[in-house]
Amino acid sequence: MSITSAAPRGRIRSIAIWTVVAVVGATCWAVLALSRGENVSALWILFAALSSYAIAYRFYSRFIATKVLELDDTRATPAERLENGVDYEVTDRRVLFGHHFAAIAGAGPLVGPVLAAQMGYLPGTIWIIVGVILAGAVQDMVVLFMSMRRDGKSLGQMVREEIGVVGGTAALIAVFAIMIIILAVLSLVVVNALAESAWGVFSIGLTIPIALFMGFYLRYLRPGRVLETTAIGVVALLLAIIGGGYVEQLGLEEALTISKEHLVIALVVYGFVASILPVWMLLTPRDYLSTFMKVGVIVLLAVGLVVAAPVLQADAVTSFATDGDGPVFAGKIFPFVFITIACGALSGFHALIASGTTPKMISKESHVRMIGYGGMLMESFVAISALIAAVVIDQGLYFSMNAPAAMTGGTAEGAAQFVGTLGYTITPDQLNAAAAAIEEQTLVSRTGGAPTLAFGLSQVFHEAFGGNLQAFWYHFAIMFEALFILTAVDAGTRVGRFMLQDTIGNVWKRYGDVSWRPAAWSASAITVGAWGYMLYIGVTDPLGGINQLFPLFGIANQLLAAIALTLCVTLLIKHGKLRYAWVPGIPLAWDLVVTMTASWQKIFSDNPALGYFAQASRYRDARDAGELLAPAADRDQMNQVITNSTTNGVLQSAFAVLVIIVVANAVVIWVRAIRAGSLPTTEVPHTPSEIVAPADFIATADEKRAVEEWEAEHRDRRPARSGR
Amino acid sequence: MSALARGWQGLRWYLRTFSGESRWDDYLAACARDGVTPASRREFERHRADQVEHAPMARCC
Repeated sequence: MSITSAAPRGRIRSIAIWTVVAVVGATCWAVLALSRGENVSALWILFAALSSYAIAYRFYSRFIATKVLELDDTRATPAERLENGVDYEVTDRRVLFGHHFAAIAGAGPLVGPVLAAQMGYLPGTIWIIVGVILAGAVQDMVVLFMSMRRDGKSLGQMVREEIGVVGGTAALIAVFAIMIIILAVLSLVVVNALAESAWGVFSIGLTIPIALFMGFYLRYLRPGRVLETTAIGVVALLLAIIGGGYVEQLGLEEALTISKEHLVIALVVYGFVASILPVWMLLTPRDYLSTFMKVGVIVLLAVGLVVAAPVLQADAVTSFATDGDGPVFAGKIFPFVFITIACGALSGFHALIASGTTPKMISKESHVRMIGYGGMLMESFVAISALIAAVVIDQGLYFSMNAPAAMTGGTAEGAAQFVGTLGYTITPDQLNAAAAAIEEQTLVSRTGGAPTLAFGLSQVFHEAFGGNLQAFWYHFAIMFEALFILTAVDAGTRVGRFMLQDTIGNVWKRYGDVSWRPAAWSASAITVGAWGYMLYIGVTDPLGGINQLFPLFGIANQLLAAIALTLCVTLLIKHGKLRYAWVPGIPLAWDLVVTMTASWQKIFSDNPALGYFAQASRYRDARDAGELLAPAADRDQMNQVITNSTTNGVLQSAFAVLVIIVVANAVVIWVRAIRAGSLPTTEVPHTPSEIVAPADFIATADEKRAVEEWEAEHRDRRPARSGR
Repeated sequence: MSALARGWQGLRWYLRTFSGESRWDDYLAACARDGVTPASRREFERHRADQVEHAPMARCC
């Protein structure tokens, strides 16, 4: 082996750079761990995160790529072998990174960390960073790899073929049910953000005509001019936000101040119509808007945080972490911080994307690392930014906004008094002033995370960029959160409809035809009806919907992750790589401990604030004794609490049982595979690859040269898409 | 080419590829190579939209 003189110099430089990154990271972590009761800058969190991500990406994801998965660029990917210009398509790695990120990241990483902030900034920070490095990014990368090696098969298909029919069926039901819960909780966040907010309803409402206009413009006036259309849409969107500030002058305030119940009806009708309209009309243009807003917001957020450098207002760890009696959601730090923050640390839903469109578009196997692992790190960064926004606002305000109306009474006086009992001080005047600053009627009990995040962001942007724009920034933030969520609701309802049609199509063939109207409409109606019902339960729950439903959402999402990680462990063992099974095995074990503990507590705890069934029986006993329990105001509300708690408890039990079935089925396969040393899998055999492309975000000089040579050779034969 | 111009070119390339606008150019190039008369842009884009119709795109939380 010949070593040129440049190589060791490059090596020394590399060691120097990574030493510096490690020292920066260690310093940030040390400051966060050691400072108590002083003015700690939020930038310590930001840089602790960034340096940890860099080190994890450079070393751990490389280890997974080379040792555990043995990514092999001599193997042709499904995109290369099966290219059809529709779903199988060789795609530039950086473009695919953008597509994958846009598909995985939405409102989830913005909401969970905000709610988890009730336990202080440290638990959330640690879990988001450690969780993504060891669990979330690993799951995304390994699932993406496994699906890519199987021509882009879906998670459900892989579980059925590699684990068994029992596990596969359980996984299929779990995926559908979990999706319904996720749609319901996301819609609940939107409803809570828009209720009694005329400005919000005005701007969000206008996104529908804006998207429709874009759809028609793209179809009839200027076919294919996506960027031009999106630019027009973004300008219209910003005007809609500004216009919302004048609803009072326009005399629309009363008409647009809508109650939660009416918003539920509007959302359900909208969801149904959107899911049966042709996608070009509403869904595709809205997705363009939401994607470009997503990127814009992340850039703005990063710049804003660095410029404003806000100081942390929350405690490192609050007493709610150890006592489990927090007002935002019940339960102690373990397991509930790890449940509340799913997206951004470990999100099972990503496994559906990583085994859906993305694996069919990868041009080289090595890209699994930057897209799977790198994409998830980016989402984690979004979650960290959201956490920071929640912990730099006044904590009296934080708890006033996030405690259910049952505790605050819904008034500034009640809220001030209530947060006083928690040990925070804020006066009714301060609460009213904060609401006035962003031109909202009230900020008390605006649960769901979105208003808190929006307030935090408006404060950060206000400090960073100056001007008297806090109200604009608040509604800007509400707008993009609602936009993400509505896109997820549109797309999710459609995915649910396709799943339902596919499943029923197995028994009744015609129902599976996606262009047969009666089937399409009824499947959409069932899907919308299911999440609409859960949404209605959440909105009308006297105990507060977020408080009741968010744990169910987090547990459901992480149970899906358990199924995905189980599949990863199974496949590694079947491939004879038992010695590396710990890579997805450790997150699987942790995830099972967390979700099963949480499920156990939500089902069997005799503390009515925590256990669904304990809560139902407490209210049932009181009702039968002819008493009323606050916050229920009458007998109907008593009945409502009983029904809701029982429904949630039954769902919770069903999810846990489904996952246990999948895992038990997998363990049988593990034992069989370990005894045999390895077992055959559905992996597609090695086919030589002809494509040449760089492996990572930035191409090395050697890679660039190789791509140029390859392009010159192939110029007359096929368009070179993957080079540059 | 100055660094600024290169950056602008790169950004333009990225956005056009990301949004799928460049598909049309690829299609024209492919038609020219194969000696086929291309369809109109309207027909081409409509064909693409019909494909999207039956492939649900997943959007996560």
